[in-house]
Amino acid sequence: MPASNKPAEVSGTPPQGRTGTGQPRLRLRKLTDKSAGVLFWVNSLLSAVILLGILAFLLYYGVRTFRETPVVGFLFGTKWNPDAYGEPSYGIIPLLVGSFLTTLIALLIAVPAGIAGAIVISERLKGWVRVTVKTMVELFAGFPSVVLGFFGLVVLAPLIARVFHVPSGLNLLNAGVLLGLMSLPTIISVTDDALRVVPHSYREAAYALGATPWTTAFRIVLPAARSGILAAVMLGFGRAVGETMVVLMVAGNAAIIPHSLFDPIRTITSTIAIELGESAFGSTHFYALFALGFVLFLIALGTNLVAESLIRREKRSFTL
Amino acid sequence: MTGRPPAPGRKLRRVRFASNAGFWLLAIPLALFIAFIVYLSGYLFRNGVSVLSWTFLTQAPAEGMTAGGIWPCIVGTVLVTFVSLVFSVPIGVFSAIYLAEYAPNNLLTRAIRSSVRSLAGVPSIVYGLFGVALFVSAMKLGLSILASGLTLGLMNLPWIIATAEEAISAIPGSFREGALALGATKWEAIRHNVLPYAFPGILTGILLALARTLGETAPILFTGVTYYTKQLPTSLSSKFMALPYHLFTLATQHDRILEVRPLAFGTAIVLLVFVLLFDAVAFVFRLRSAGSNKWQV
Repeated sequence: MPASNKPAEVSGTPPQGRTGTGQPRLRLRKLTDKSAGVLFWVNSLLSAVILLGILAFLLYYGVRTFRETPVVGFLFGTKWNPDAYGEPSYGIIPLLVGSFLTTLIALLIAVPAGIAGAIVISERLKGWVRVTVKTMVELFAGFPSVVLGFFGLVVLAPLIARVFHVPSGLNLLNAGVLLGLMSLPTIISVTDDALRVVPHSYREAAYALGATPWTTAFRIVLPAARSGILAAVMLGFGRAVGETMVVLMVAGNAAIIPHSLFDPIRTITSTIAIELGESAFGSTHFYALFALGFVLFLIALGTNLVAESLIRREKRSFTL
Repeated sequence: MTGRPPAPGRKLRRVRFASNAGFWLLAIPLALFIAFIVYLSGYLFRNGVSVLSWTFLTQAPAEGMTAGGIWPCIVGTVLVTFVSLVFSVPIGVFSAIYLAEYAPNNLLTRAIRSSVRSLAGVPSIVYGLFGVALFVSAMKLGLSILASGLTLGLMNLPWIIATAEEAISAIPGSFREGALALGATKWEAIRHNVLPYAFPGILTGILLALARTLGETAPILFTGVTYYTKQLPTSLSSKFMALPYHLFTLATQHDRILEVRPLAFGTAIVLLVFVLLFDAVAFVFRLRSAGSNKWQV
């Protein structure tokens, strides 16, 4: 913190004292001002440093995987079995498939439901109903994922096993449904923002031409907000693909390429969570997990950057 | 009734009805989602409330975690969350002040903003990996409260920056101009005429970040949390137990899973109550400062 908490009040200084004490005090105030600015600047740089730091560390550890196993085998290998005696295999494909399939199911649920919900919130709800609904959605976004995973374990898994007559409810479907619920708040609130950025004059023009609220929402507002809505889908994807605890608890965690919704599945995130504790520090297995982390990081970063540029594009399209 | 031409009226009514009915249909998923949130909370409370007691909250787990309470987990969670905020609140608020008040519109500023948003999208398990590489191994902090707290701090930093920047930007320019016109320096104007009014908004952001940090498991998984420790942490370099990890182990790792299920429910609702409590306080603050537009005339 800068030294001076009580900067001189210009108005409080008696006029006659000014010539005597004003100059050094002014210099101090200017110095404080300068150093405060520098302090804030340095702190804000830290975010960029952290981001680069994460990238650097993941890369630094991740590339060491390839001293013992080929890059091609990592990227295209269809078997992940680091514990195999003699010949461990580090193929990322089953894990990638796991991550993408769970996320796909999540989005199949959350995208239509989330966009519909956001349209209702933005175009229809008013007053306390709107505040209550938005608050509930936001509260759910803050639910610890481990609690949701626990729910999947004790309620959803037995339910799936009973309804579909499968031996275990810890599978792709369970994880997908829970991830869908988890990405709903993201999709709802980002879509809601995107819809609200659409200027009111658009809606008024449609009403003036005799359009119903429904027609206005679907023919005018939604198309105008499409890049923002796409950003919402991207961010929902990012949320689902990066989630660890839920998939760790309910996906069954077998590193195989699944054949049905009821097969157990293993994602990139849960692989890191399961195996980092049991791999020896400095082993190829340990480094391979950082390589997985690097892939995950790139997916998340790419998703985010695209979403960001989509949101910027939508905002720009409405500024004259 | 009689003098009215019937045809256009009926058609208009039909069109209007169709529009309204459409919106009601659209509201179904949202209503189901809200119902699910209520059901989930109710379900956890119904099942967990029976194990809740003073001893559950204030005692250590006993008899291989099949009895006793969760006191060490509460202590551990509070400590790591506190460490994370000690790290991220000053940095986050300072960054937000820079972005809202000083940042010129140039490439560097855009890079910083983009970094903040990217950090917010980095999966929590990746923060865990980074924590292992940087804090546990490179900085030799070992598996400790400090390493976990810092890892969590990195994770919640972008949340704090985003909300604080929003709160500061919501203060009208005239507040600053008044101070500047009286001869205040830029920092004095911010210190006296901006920060006090942005404070409720900043606090809201900090409380929301706190609530979310309480429940995070993945970043602490390999940076210091442990299944069971005999004594409470004695320093920042101790390993610790934490509520979310405790719930995870009770739910999936324990060898007598069904026997400890009530304890798992108890842990789940204690964790959830903690999170919701801070969320609620944050929302109250936000409602009271919903006057970010009370200044817009």
